[in-house]
Amino acid sequence: MALLEVVDVRKRFGGLQAVAGVSLDVAADEVVGLIGPNGAGKTTLFHLISGFLPPDGGDVRFGGASTRGLKPHQVCRRGLARTFQIVKPFQALTVLENVRVGALARSGGFRAATRKAREVLALVGLEDRADRPARGLTLADRKRLELARALATEPRLLLLDEVMAGLTPAETERIIDLCRAINARGIAILLIEHVMRAVMALSHRVVVVDQGRVIASGPPAAIANDARVVEAYLGEAYGSGPEDRHVDA
Amino acid sequence: MSVGALWLASGTVLALLALPAVLGSYAVTVCIFIFFYGYLGQAWNILGGYGGQLSAGHAAFVGVGAYATTLLSMHWGLSPWIGMLVGATLAAGLGAVIGGLGFRFGLRGFYFVLLTVAFAEVCRIVTLNTDAMGGALGLYITFTGNPWHLQFQDNRVYYYLALGLMLLATGVVALVERSRLGAYLLAIREDEDAAEALGVDTFRYKLGAIVLSAFLTGLGGAFYANYLFSLQPNAVFGIPLSVDIIIRPVVGGAGTLLGPLLGSLILSPLAEVARIYFTRPGWTGLHLVIYGVLLVGVVLFLPQGAYPHLRRAWARWRPGA
Repeated sequence: MALLEVVDVRKRFGGLQAVAGVSLDVAADEVVGLIGPNGAGKTTLFHLISGFLPPDGGDVRFGGASTRGLKPHQVCRRGLARTFQIVKPFQALTVLENVRVGALARSGGFRAATRKAREVLALVGLEDRADRPARGLTLADRKRLELARALATEPRLLLLDEVMAGLTPAETERIIDLCRAINARGIAILLIEHVMRAVMALSHRVVVVDQGRVIASGPPAAIANDARVVEAYLGEAYGSGPEDRHVDA
Repeated sequence: MSVGALWLASGTVLALLALPAVLGSYAVTVCIFIFFYGYLGQAWNILGGYGGQLSAGHAAFVGVGAYATTLLSMHWGLSPWIGMLVGATLAAGLGAVIGGLGFRFGLRGFYFVLLTVAFAEVCRIVTLNTDAMGGALGLYITFTGNPWHLQFQDNRVYYYLALGLMLLATGVVALVERSRLGAYLLAIREDEDAAEALGVDTFRYKLGAIVLSAFLTGLGGAFYANYLFSLQPNAVFGIPLSVDIIIRPVVGGAGTLLGPLLGSLILSPLAEVARIYFTRPGWTGLHLVIYGVLLVGVVLFLPQGAYPHLRRAWARWRPGA
């Protein structure tokens, strides 16, 4: 049984059908890439999965149980953590204090949470900035902090919303390594990403959405050669010769 | 807390305990106001400073605490020592209602401010029009000088009571700072969605903050009644008192342990001076102008309040410490 089962979920905003019946699974230990052009409904799907928005229809099941009616904090406590596309650091707090908020979700005491936060900071490579306020961090470090906080909640599944957008290739490479290390600890990852190199390198499986629907899904190599995918991204005229490239659509 | 800070804190408390021995009666009164408004500011600080939920209606909790204590004492002869706990509990109940409504329906920012003002105004108007609560005339407490009635001949007893309240609230906030509640409140203040995503039950913790804050503020109401011996709806439920409560932590440093005390140390003597000099005809209300100018100045130049700046200046002055 899959860890996360999204079954035919739908969400409409006024006249816009943002998510028009999406189904997808993520198995425990799996890394699944979620790609699609801007406005395809990827982030809305994340909101639906993480409890920030209620679906109009369909169901999200996590660990075999429906998450219907759960608040985001309850979803988090079940072991599903997410990051935000536009990072949301607690600006006035230090890096350590930021991560401790996440760690408190699992640990009984303040001290234990502080210890746990330091461990996670070491894992993501932010330990030397632990006592700095979050507002002074570079974008790359803020993305890493976002990841660290989610990781501190000890999730079974991480939803990563464009954690590599806006980073240099070297920084991207480091995040890719970090994601691999996280996955190696037995944490499943569902990631939205426009940086194709990262999606292809990390994902065991790629799901492509366009206009609120899944248009293709499969192993990265097959997806890269799928005519429907290339068309959705680039239009018909470019429907040949897809290769390893940055698509910042 | 560093050893140096601990010494400084102990020394300050000892000095404050010894101070009435050398102060004149008027200076003692000014100190009482510094402590009392420092106490109310500290109670507000839990919800407003740490939790970022700006209440502009904290007078409601003072009023509920003050009226409940006084009415229980007048009609049932209940000692204010016990009555204050009843009053504080009722204030906490009102806090739960305001928080329950406001936070359940996701009122943030200005909308929450307006909700708190509305509740305080409703309390004021209901009291004004309820004869059983003294109506517009208010309530007057007969002075007996009986300590069991929370009344004392010696002004210095009130000094120690007010000091005790201020230290109590500061102790509570110090504990909150080092707890899950404090960490979660700061997270909620900084970004509520991010806090939710990290497993924080934002509704529950905001509710906890307003209940704790209202309880302490209600306790302050009991002191208010038994220090001034009279209660008028416009004074204890009015917007000016709410402003008096907010402005001290904002000027001193909201969301810091010592900010409300520093703010009260700056503003309470100023308010006292204003009360003496600006109550002459044509000058009334001028202290509100001073508040306004000060608030604009703080927002422009010290948006985090005076305390963080004082702390940095202290660190520069004593590089060895």
